[in-house]
This record gives sequence, C-alpha cells and structure tokens, in this order.
Amino acid sequence: MADAPIFIDPKKCKGCQKCVKGCGFDALHMEGKLAVVDAGACKACFACVKACPFHAISEVKVEVIGTPDLESYKNIWVFAEQIHGTIQDVAFELLAKAKTLVKQRGEGCKLGAILLGHNLSPELPKKLIAAGADMVYKVDDPKLAEYEANVYVDACTQLIEKYKPEVILAGATAIGRAFFARVAVKVRTGLTADCTQLKVEKTKNKDTGVLQMLLHQTRPAFGGNIMATIMTPNHRPQMATVRPKVFKKDKPDSRRAGQILAEALQLIAPKTKILKSIKNADDVNIAEAEILVAGGRGLKKAENLEQLHKLAKLLGGEVAVSRACVDAGWCTASRQVGQTGKTVCPKLYLAFGISGAIQHLEGMRASDTIIAVNSDPNAPIFGVADLGIVGDLFEILPALVDAVEKVKSK
Amino acid sequence: MGRNMHVVVCVKQVPDATNVRINPETNTLMREGVESIINPFDEYALEEALRLKDQFGARVTVISMGPPQATVVIREAMARGADDGALVSSRAFGGADTLATSYTISQAIKKVCDGKTPDLVLFGKQAIDGDTAQVGPGVSEFLDVPLVTYVKSIKMQADGSYEVESPMDDGMNVIQGKLPAVMTVLKEASTPRFAPLSGWMAAKKAEIRVLNEKDCEADPNKIGLKGSPTKVVTIFPPPTKSGGKKVDARGKASTAVEAIMKFLKEKGVA
Repeated sequence: MADAPIFIDPKKCKGCQKCVKGCGFDALHMEGKLAVVDAGACKACFACVKACPFHAISEVKVEVIGTPDLESYKNIWVFAEQIHGTIQDVAFELLAKAKTLVKQRGEGCKLGAILLGHNLSPELPKKLIAAGADMVYKVDDPKLAEYEANVYVDACTQLIEKYKPEVILAGATAIGRAFFARVAVKVRTGLTADCTQLKVEKTKNKDTGVLQMLLHQTRPAFGGNIMATIMTPNHRPQMATVRPKVFKKDKPDSRRAGQILAEALQLIAPKTKILKSIKNADDVNIAEAEILVAGGRGLKKAENLEQLHKLAKLLGGEVAVSRACVDAGWCTASRQVGQTGKTVCPKLYLAFGISGAIQHLEGMRASDTIIAVNSDPNAPIFGVADLGIVGDLFEILPALVDAVEKVKSK
Repeated sequence: MGRNMHVVVCVKQVPDATNVRINPETNTLMREGVESIINPFDEYALEEALRLKDQFGARVTVISMGPPQATVVIREAMARGADDGALVSSRAFGGADTLATSYTISQAIKKVCDGKTPDLVLFGKQAIDGDTAQVGPGVSEFLDVPLVTYVKSIKMQADGSYEVESPMDDGMNVIQGKLPAVMTVLKEASTPRFAPLSGWMAAKKAEIRVLNEKDCEADPNKIGLKGSPTKVVTIFPPPTKSGGKKVDARGKASTAVEAIMKFLKEKGVA
C-alpha cells in the first residue's frame, strides 16, 4: 500500500470532521470517530493540515527525485507556433505575458522564442523580437516544412537539452497541445494544460523547505468546478500551455534588439506524411467574431438554433454554443465555447439559455460586454453578465429578432 | 499484419461532469449521487478499435487505470466486443499526475503485450474530468512509438499502412503513416455501437486481470505522488463577478426586448 501524502494522528483526531469538509477532492471520510484519507484521491494540497484545529494532520515528507542541477536552468521561453509562414496570435499573447514573468523572475532572466519551420521568412524572427523576445532559436529544416508531431518533439527536446530553459510556454492549440505533452514526458518534467493565470513568485518548496522562484500555474480543475494552482518545484523546465485569447498581446516595438540563433539540428525522419491540407471554408472561427450569439441547453432542441442564426446574421455576428449543444448533437464542436471548446473575447456576447457552468465561463468571461437571458434567476451566467434578463427565451428571442429587424431595416 | 493485429484501447472512468456541483457553504465538490461513466471520448477510440476487429480480426485489449470499481468500464467495453481487459490499480498509483500516469499505463501496456510493441494504441482525445489531453502523447513517448493526435477516421490497410484525418485550427490534414502508432481519437470519429445482450452476459463472467505496480514492473520512484513533478499547491473556488444590471422579465418579453435594445443602442450595435 502506498503512503498517503498526509498522516492523521489517531491520538490527536477528535472526529470534528473539519478536514473532511475542508477537502476539495473528497479524499477524506470518517471511519467511526476517526478521519481517514483515501491515498488515491488525495492531491496533496494540504488544505486539511490547515483545517484541523487539533494539529492532528501532518504532511508526509517524500524523498525528492527531481531534475539534477536545477540551478543551471535559466530563462523563460515561448514556443512561437508558425503555420504556413504565419506566426499564430497566441505566440504574441504568450510573449506579452512572458515579458511580465521575466520581470517577476528577475536576476538577469531573458525571454527566448522557439521558431520551427522551413524556408522561414527573415521577417518572422524580427516580429518575435519586436514582441519581446531577447533570443530567437530558429530551426529551419526541410523536415519541419509541415507540422509533424514527432519531428517537432525532437527539435524542441534538443533545444531544451542544449539551452536548459527554466520555463516554457506554448499555446493550447491543435499543434501545441499535441506535441508539447510528449516533449514534457521526453524531458521528464511536469506540464500544466490550459492555464488561465500565470505568475512567478518566491515560494517555499514544500519538499525541501528551500525558497525558490517558481511558476504558479492556475487552471480550472475537476471539470472546472474548482480552480487549482499547480507548481513544478523539483523538475525543469516548468511547462505550461495557455489557450488562445486568454492573454492580450502587446503593441510590437520594432526598435527592440534581440539575437537570432540559427540552430542546425540533426532531426529524426518524419514518422507520418501529410497527404493534403484542407482549409474548411464553412468552418467559422468563432474566436475571431466581434459579436457572438450563443445558445445552450435551454434551447431544448436543434431547430431553435435557427433563431440564433437569424439574430447573429442581423447583428453581423456568428453563432456560438455551449458544450451541452455539441453533446446533444445540435451543432459541431467548431462553434463550442468553453474549457473544451474555444476561448473567445468578442465585443458583445449574447447568451441564451446558457446557465454558465464554470467551463463555459472560462471560455467567454473576457468578452467586452455580456448579455444573458435565462429562466433561472440564480444561473451563474448572471454573475458575469453586464445585462442579465430573467425570462423565457422562447418568448424573448423571436420578439428580439423582430425588434432588431425593424431597427436594421430603417 | 492483418489477422495478428493487436489494438490496445485505454479508457478512463470519469464522473459525469455535467452533474458535479459545488457546495456553496464549504466550496467543496459534492459528488454524492454523481454517476461514473466511461469517458465519452474513449467510446470513440473503442469504436475505432472494434472496427479494426470487424475488418481484420484484430485483437482488442482494453486497459483502464483507476480504483477497483473501474472494472465496470472494462466490462462495458468487453460487452461491446473487446477481447480482453486489464485494470491497472493500486493505491501506490494514487496522486499520479500526467507524467506518472503515462509511465504507469505504458508499463501496463508492455505487460499485456508480453513486452512486444502493440500495433496500435488508441486513446480518446482527452478525459472530461482532467481535460489535459496529455496521457496519450505521454504514453507514445514511453513506448517510443510514433504519435498521431486528434484523429477523425482511420482508414487501415492489411499491411498496417493507414490514412487518417486530423482537424487543425483552420482546417484539416490528411495524414499517412504506417503502424505502430499511438493515436488520440476525436468524438466526430464515428458512432459507438451498443453492446448486445449476449455481449453483456459474456462480459459479466469474463475474468479481468488486475495489474498492480509489481505486475507492471514499475519503478516505485516513477509512480504515484512520488513520480509526479506537478504539485497541486492550492485550490480555491472559481472567481465570481458581481454581475451588472439584472432585469426580471418573467412573463414580460417586451420588457426584456426593451432592455436589450437599449443596451445594444448604447453599445452602438443596433
């Protein structure tokens, strides 16, 4: 049997159940008058240690086997995703955030960017420098002409092993999410997916007691019902992915100076071949729409999405949906907003029949203005709405379509 | 390859996330009465495997890591047509993050394949409870097998060469390769089949191997909490915004429309 991360002293436990209530992971229960921990469920957050008024719970020290030579890892890197010659916006968003992290880190920390591809335009590294990169590690190789997960893993890993960055961030895109997870395993470190907040702060390592500058990685956990701050104290690099549109990009500064390092790497042969790339014409990118008319479970059936399309067309926007609509098969996942869909920040977000589960809110709370219509006055969506309407969407929606139609036809 | 093809499908038992609620007083999860289900994405991975069984007579093995009650999802997969299954379970695996989990599952796969590399390992795109999408790619690294992510339809040839569709952010790639591979499967892949009653009857009686850390020949330093580089340091309830203006328009659609139109006008939208 494995040891749980905590020890409950049976002599001190009074059976008050405060630890059971204080555990966010349902890992403690009572056996008679004694609190018992489920080692499998315990996430070692040690909330119970603080919750116990009798000091009956203590942390069990585990022997630390981390990355050797932790101090030799320096600088913060961003993976600058490039597709068909264009650096993706998320890379600039991450560079903007990383500039802050570099400042927080201090001690001569520098900002690096990884750029992979073939026949890369000399403009691309310059753009990265203007966005804040001090160094651009450019790998220009025919094997990187198209995205191939296994070659990307190889290139990225070789750079990490050569330069030893302390932190690496990547966009949680179709590409970033896929190959980055394998890179983390290859270099045997931790990776936190879909972070919504990042900061570097002096923190006491719970295992060693040493004060360290660590990356605090915050993300929705447990299906988004709770926020968790995660750290990688004993392994390097500290790796995290962030979804597009979570952070805002800065204005470029073309006067900035930076170093471009052309890296000649011996790369593995691609394991798969792209036969063709199809650009899906009718597949909208809701992340780029300025107005989104969104619907959720409250629509009750697929046909009712029609009204949303009508309204979206009138307002010059697009239709978005919550996960419930996709799960019900009313709509394709390309229009889904939320933790498992897209993160959006339009100028206006109109939500009809969306209760506002945290997974959904995480994907749209950055919108400039939010209007929500819901029949439940206690729906969490009202917590983020600038205008909340309690009412029946089946009465309101057609009337609203008429009203907008009238205004627009004038 | 053909008739000797061996496909391993990794499935996870997850709480039906749509039903998880927070206790507003204690800010903790209320999991009483929340049903456990097979991770929805994994059903599509299983379906792809079963299609390879239909087509080539491939052997389909189901693996799940989790507590003893996770045998339920293995039996469900066997009822649908999987040939055998193994539960990877031990308290020593508790507290594992994606690195430790990837290692543990890869060790279990080596065990069920008698040390040979399986032809194909399938995962769902991600699990709905963690949403990390990291364990599939992680296992591919530990097995040292090529990785293909976000796969939509697998067109397999008898010699193990395949073509798959993989959606990108702006479209889709058609990818060609040759087994072995680790693939993560999307929901749009296909429609999962139902288990016939005869399948349930057989699955109920089937013996399901339980593999612990010793059976998997796992390095004790690489599993569970000890093998996990990431640590959950704090948890807190999601931030709440106080919200703006609220209008009660129950039974008064015109009030609602008026308020929305006024707001849209202020914002210069209508």
